[in-house]
Amino acid sequence: MTAPLLKVRDLNVRIPTPGGVLHAVRGVNFDLMPGEMLGLVGESGSGKSVTLRSLIRLHRPPIQMTGTVEYGGKNLLDSSESKLRDVRGGRISMIFQEPMSALNPVLTVGEQIGENLREHKGLRGKAAQDRAAELLDLTGIPSPRARLADYPHQFSGGMRQRAMIAIALASEPQLLLADEPTTALDVTIQDQILRLLLRLREEMHMSVILVTHDLGVVAQTCDRVAVMYGGRLVETAGVNDLFHAPKHAYTLGLMRSLPGAGEHRRPLQPIPGGPPDLRSLPPGCPFAPRCEYVTDDCRVGEPPLLEVAPGRFSACVHYSELPALKSTPEEVGV
Amino acid sequence: MHTSYVLRRLLQIIPLFLAVMVLVFTLVHLIPGDPVSTLLGDRATPDIVARANKELGLDKPLLVQFGLFVNQLLHGNLGESINLKIPVLRLIGERLPVTLFLTVYAAVLGVAMAVPLAMLAAVRRNTWVDAVIRAVFQVGLSLPVFYVALQLLTLLGARLGWFPIGGYGENFGEHLFHLFLPALTLGLNLAAILVRTLRNSIIEVLTAEYVDFARAKGLRGSVIMTRHVLRNALIATVTLLGLNIGALIGGAVITETVFAIPGVGRLMVDAIFGRDYPVIQGLTLMFALIVSLVFLATDLIHARLDPRAELS
Ligand SMILES: Nc1ncnc2c1ncn2[C@@H]1O[C@H](COP(=O)(O)OP(=O)(O)OP(=O)(O)O)[C@@H](O)[C@H]1O
Ligand SMILES: [Mg+2]
Repeated sequence: MTAPLLKVRDLNVRIPTPGGVLHAVRGVNFDLMPGEMLGLVGESGSGKSVTLRSLIRLHRPPIQMTGTVEYGGKNLLDSSESKLRDVRGGRISMIFQEPMSALNPVLTVGEQIGENLREHKGLRGKAAQDRAAELLDLTGIPSPRARLADYPHQFSGGMRQRAMIAIALASEPQLLLADEPTTALDVTIQDQILRLLLRLREEMHMSVILVTHDLGVVAQTCDRVAVMYGGRLVETAGVNDLFHAPKHAYTLGLMRSLPGAGEHRRPLQPIPGGPPDLRSLPPGCPFAPRCEYVTDDCRVGEPPLLEVAPGRFSACVHYSELPALKSTPEEVGV
Repeated sequence: MHTSYVLRRLLQIIPLFLAVMVLVFTLVHLIPGDPVSTLLGDRATPDIVARANKELGLDKPLLVQFGLFVNQLLHGNLGESINLKIPVLRLIGERLPVTLFLTVYAAVLGVAMAVPLAMLAAVRRNTWVDAVIRAVFQVGLSLPVFYVALQLLTLLGARLGWFPIGGYGENFGEHLFHLFLPALTLGLNLAAILVRTLRNSIIEVLTAEYVDFARAKGLRGSVIMTRHVLRNALIATVTLLGLNIGALIGGAVITETVFAIPGVGRLMVDAIFGRDYPVIQGLTLMFALIVSLVFLATDLIHARLDPRAELS
């Protein structure tokens, strides 16, 4: 068996806020295999972005990160800044959720790609220009050479997203952390970008962690899924397994709220209630207040993430009672 | 590149000029006293005063005087100094370079002090370092320019003898040396204004997503600070700097007097005391022109720094 590329153990992120400490990520564990595409899903505020950022220790004080993120035999959470700089943007690249705010408004797109090329590939001047144009071309931006001189505000939303991908890929990373790379885009562009990521994964042999709250996107692209709820992973499984038979009541709820998923012609069922307050969590399963399967057992202590079948992990007390779905990823995929 | 914009802005200076002309003409004649009695003193007989007034055209009705003044101006002539008997334009030509040197010198010193200190204060925000930097400049801001000038003059000039206590010197090196204390006086004042704004905008920019993205790219801290943070933070500060160049020239009037520097500031003070109407009028118009040009330059630089800015 090959060794994982990334090993995350007991990852915790605590954010001090005026209203108390917000425990945004609470003991997350997972492995990522080389070449694997892992989907990280969950509703808004479940901690996906915070988790992703902590993988390269991007949070700044007073935000606290604990646990281990093992990469290349080292724990990135206690590596020196200079070691981390090689990894960041070099071997592990990140695409941010909002390209408009993540791109610097006063630097041209060419300059922003060039920075990466200089830092991680040692390219300068003409060579860097050529490579930057190549990267823009790779992400499907027409007349790339001319667009290098454009500023981000001169790009459309989809093009900005592509520019971000071009920046992230400049260093030919081993791992791409992609935070909702398609959420802000219309369906056609979304589709193009996802295809692009899939193609690049093949061509560059990258691993990808794809954050999204769209199960359709996951079905279309990922090998494995990790479902996040209230700052914890509540289920991880292969994509097919997950869509056939979710092993967590929350995952089941998510699938039922998808158009075209679940039992056929069943009306959409949004999950009632809202996400938990990460500043003061009740004891027990964080999903219990919204769960239709809830029993007293759910409220005693927070259920741990356990292996309930080979390669399948769930933190649901009632995982064995959940109905199988006749859906396949293809049906869900738009 | 923005030729039409620049032309439009230059044309806008004309109405401003007219307004300043009316204003300054009125104000000048509102100052109690007149050039002749100031020049001749108490012992002049009414006869002599009348003759002098006639010679200078000061006996004509104000409206006529104004007409003559405007007419002169249209011929590119600012008149002649009553007291010095030198054409005002030539006076300005001799004295303006000194003041411009002082102003630019002060601006350079001010920015050179403000930028690193603002960066330090922002990076170490809410620590004692930040507190000290802010407190020092807060005090600096509340001290009047003439007071700071006198203190520097006494300490670094007279007592320690490190710097000359006046004059302008003969060549560039001497200018730098002679004008150091006055430029420092004005520069400190400017730095005090800039540090506060710049510190706050650096702190604001530091929280921007693109700074985190730059960190996620694995860039060096110094690169992030200069390329990503400072460039954005300076956008707001450039406008403030432009606005304060005007104030700097105003400050030059005081500093030039304290440090006995032969610039237009001193000239202005002398002209006011001597009720030298043509000089006062000419200088005021010159100040208006310079300030307009500085504002125009500020807007152009702002557009340069911020590609999103539309010149309109
Ligand atoms: N800098 C911050 N300061 C305070 N709270 C924060 C900060 N960043 C994140 N949070 C909080 O942490 C929790 C998790 O946020 P996160 O951005 O990870 O959600 P997400 O799963 O990415 O949601 P979305 O799908 O909307 O992007 C939320 O409650 C959010 O309000
Ligand atoms: Mg997010």
